[in-house]
Amino acid sequence: MFNVTRRQAFAAGGGLIAGLLAPRRFAAAAAGNTLNIAYNVNLPSFDPDVGPSSVNPTIQAIYRSIFDQYIGQKPNLSFEPGLLTGWGWNNDKTKVWMDVRPNVVWHDGTPFTPEDVVWTIKREADPKGGNMVSFVWASLGNFKVDGQRISADVVNYDPTIFKWMAFLAGYVLPKAYYEKVGPQGFEKKPIGTGPYMVDAYEGNAYLRLKANPKYWGGKPAFETVVFKFVPDATSRVAEIESGSSDVTLEVPYEEFDRLKSKAGIRGVCTPISDIGMIFITNVEPMLDKNVRLAMCHAVDKQTIIKRLLRGYGVAIDTLEAPEYDAYDPSIKVPHDPALAQKLLAASGYSKEKPVKFTIQTTRGYKPKDYEMIQAIVGMWRNVGIDANIEVYEIAKHFELRMSHKLAPAAFYNWGNAIGDPTCSTGFAMFSKSPHSAWHSDDLDAKIGPFWAEKDEKKRIQGWKEVDRYIAEQGYVLPILQYAQPILYKSDLKVTPNVSGALQPATLVAKA
Amino acid sequence: MLLAVVVNRMAVALLTLAGVAVVVFVLLRVVPGDPIAMMISPGASAADIAALKAHYGLDAPLLTQFWIWTKGVVAGDFGTSITLHVYVTEVLASRLPATLELAISALVVAIALGGGVAVAGTLLRRTAGETVIDGLNSILLAVPDFIWALALVLLFAVAIPVLPLTGRIDPALAEGFATKFYLAESILTGRLAVAGNILSHMTMPTLALALPLAAVIVRLLKQSLKEAMVQDYVLLARIKGFRELRLVLQEALRNAVGPTLALTGVQFTFLIGGTVIVERIFAYPGIGNLAIDAVINRDFPLIQGLVLLFGLIFILINIGVDLTVATLNPRLRHA
Repeated sequence: MFNVTRRQAFAAGGGLIAGLLAPRRFAAAAAGNTLNIAYNVNLPSFDPDVGPSSVNPTIQAIYRSIFDQYIGQKPNLSFEPGLLTGWGWNNDKTKVWMDVRPNVVWHDGTPFTPEDVVWTIKREADPKGGNMVSFVWASLGNFKVDGQRISADVVNYDPTIFKWMAFLAGYVLPKAYYEKVGPQGFEKKPIGTGPYMVDAYEGNAYLRLKANPKYWGGKPAFETVVFKFVPDATSRVAEIESGSSDVTLEVPYEEFDRLKSKAGIRGVCTPISDIGMIFITNVEPMLDKNVRLAMCHAVDKQTIIKRLLRGYGVAIDTLEAPEYDAYDPSIKVPHDPALAQKLLAASGYSKEKPVKFTIQTTRGYKPKDYEMIQAIVGMWRNVGIDANIEVYEIAKHFELRMSHKLAPAAFYNWGNAIGDPTCSTGFAMFSKSPHSAWHSDDLDAKIGPFWAEKDEKKRIQGWKEVDRYIAEQGYVLPILQYAQPILYKSDLKVTPNVSGALQPATLVAKA
Repeated sequence: MLLAVVVNRMAVALLTLAGVAVVVFVLLRVVPGDPIAMMISPGASAADIAALKAHYGLDAPLLTQFWIWTKGVVAGDFGTSITLHVYVTEVLASRLPATLELAISALVVAIALGGGVAVAGTLLRRTAGETVIDGLNSILLAVPDFIWALALVLLFAVAIPVLPLTGRIDPALAEGFATKFYLAESILTGRLAVAGNILSHMTMPTLALALPLAAVIVRLLKQSLKEAMVQDYVLLARIKGFRELRLVLQEALRNAVGPTLALTGVQFTFLIGGTVIVERIFAYPGIGNLAIDAVINRDFPLIQGLVLLFGLIFILINIGVDLTVATLNPRLRHA
């Protein structure tokens, strides 16, 4: 039996009331040494190299906070030393060398060594290990460690191997610790060498990080960073508007415009390495070049960006965004409805006798995706194309794409945070890639020579020529480069990242 | 007698769960959406794809996969989540308490609110007050839980920001728990400030879930009370000089509560289903929020575990309701 005195009852009641009122107090405290980020996705797994999470571009900001990549990347996509301070090939590109940063420690205080790098690459290269790009890592073998330098043989020459070291699934993990605790133990208590250490985690709720005082890049600006996982856009808007969070991202453009000028809130919205495009599959009626080109010329991308995305986005005519290595501004596919009608007429189609096909799209997966396709279908109708819209889930898109069963036209978005043409035009258009939709020998013959071209200038120029050929043939319909809206409290300074990864350690600071 | 009923119901429940297991296992593999297709890299070859399928045990024939999974489930091993990289049982055990605390809170609020308003409506019958209650209740009935959630967000998180919007607890306070029943544990251990913080986080999702259920309770209980109030035993009590409130609470309510209780039990299962959307909106870390991610990512082992868990919860609730109704109603107890 409880014996509660009046004094105890008052104290307990006071505690309860204080707790109920506490949220506002904590929100106010956020302006100090704690940064609260209302993040748009959940973090499913702490293993940045294995499983579906490792290739999910939207959570790289979190991984980059806890772990370090072999090679770092600046907000403009250029590369910088990471855990490797130097790297390169020998003259005939049969060997690589990597210099490992000295005096780095893991979060548990143990030293980071070149053996950690070798072990991580070998783990990633194991085809049975669950790494999504194991073929990339398997291009290196026969590792030798000499002091801080690692050398390895090039098993299959891949010109992008060092770029992948700054890309998805390119994080160095602790060999000794991982082998000691195992995969499940690592999920429960992950450690890295990154600027922040995991302090507390509750899936679908939050991740609390503490600054790593021994970080080789210097102690971060905020002592604590809390990623709140808020997948609902309305809730994210409310988080920043109410002051409960200091930063949020990926809010609807209408809300971005409304809030960016509100007192105490600032906003930045700049292009990122994510594009919207329409895959064209090599089935009827797309085998007709006139139909494909008419599709491309009929679309007024600027109007779509202006009307649907409130001007946030950049129209593109190839799969290369302006920040990518093989971007060529001279390749143009202009909006020309008259030309589209002429091309269709040459194939016997008109507004009265339109060419008919199905276009698949997601709805709500990307900003205004369905509305964008509705607008495009309307533009097509005006020139003699009658497209039927089929909405599907993103999971179905992946399955259909892998089995080469997409509809004649299918909307999708494509990210390429390292800006290399193999990761945009290459994987989206080469028929051997499971993600390509257009399969034809002529295009494969154009792409083939540049996969392993050793002369970098020649390689990039070659991809530009491939892009020009694709535009001339109408093998794909690039639409736009997305812009990422970020809202933040006015006492902060946020540097946008072209890769889209909003890393609190380097890109968010006190104003 | 009651024990025999319970044993019988449990046997039927096991058969039902077995059926659910077969249906969910087959459905997942029939509907479009291959988890491997969602995770393969752009440059993966056919061999890479085959290796990934083997890695996740999806390369074996369907019957073999089902046999392996069934053997595991019987032994308490639901497999490892593809996306979370942890045992499914571990994930479910860590997320279920959050949903249970939320659902039970919503049930308590719905019963208190619905019961109170129903009694008030009965007391105010044939007055303008009853019309107002009926009108407001119709609005409550017409608005689904996720709309309430959004309305509450705008009201209490933006317009009058007095409540925290997302999460289950302030991350700064989420320490020192021995169990995942944060609310119950903080109250039992006397950490009332922490309990208050948890309650403030739960207020909006609880209300969003409770309001539609409260409306159902109001409508049914008020009607039952109305019918009871014209029965002879109530008339006799009135002649004896009982006050109106006592008539309702002491005489009518006991006889009128049976149908409401049965329906509330059924509605409670819908309420748990409603946690899926409500937990998402409030970033509440329960099994509902988990279910959405599992479905989006086609995490087969996790979806299978979640569906079985939801099935088990629904069955247990229904058994519990049947037993409670039987206990309260002697006619049913001996039927």
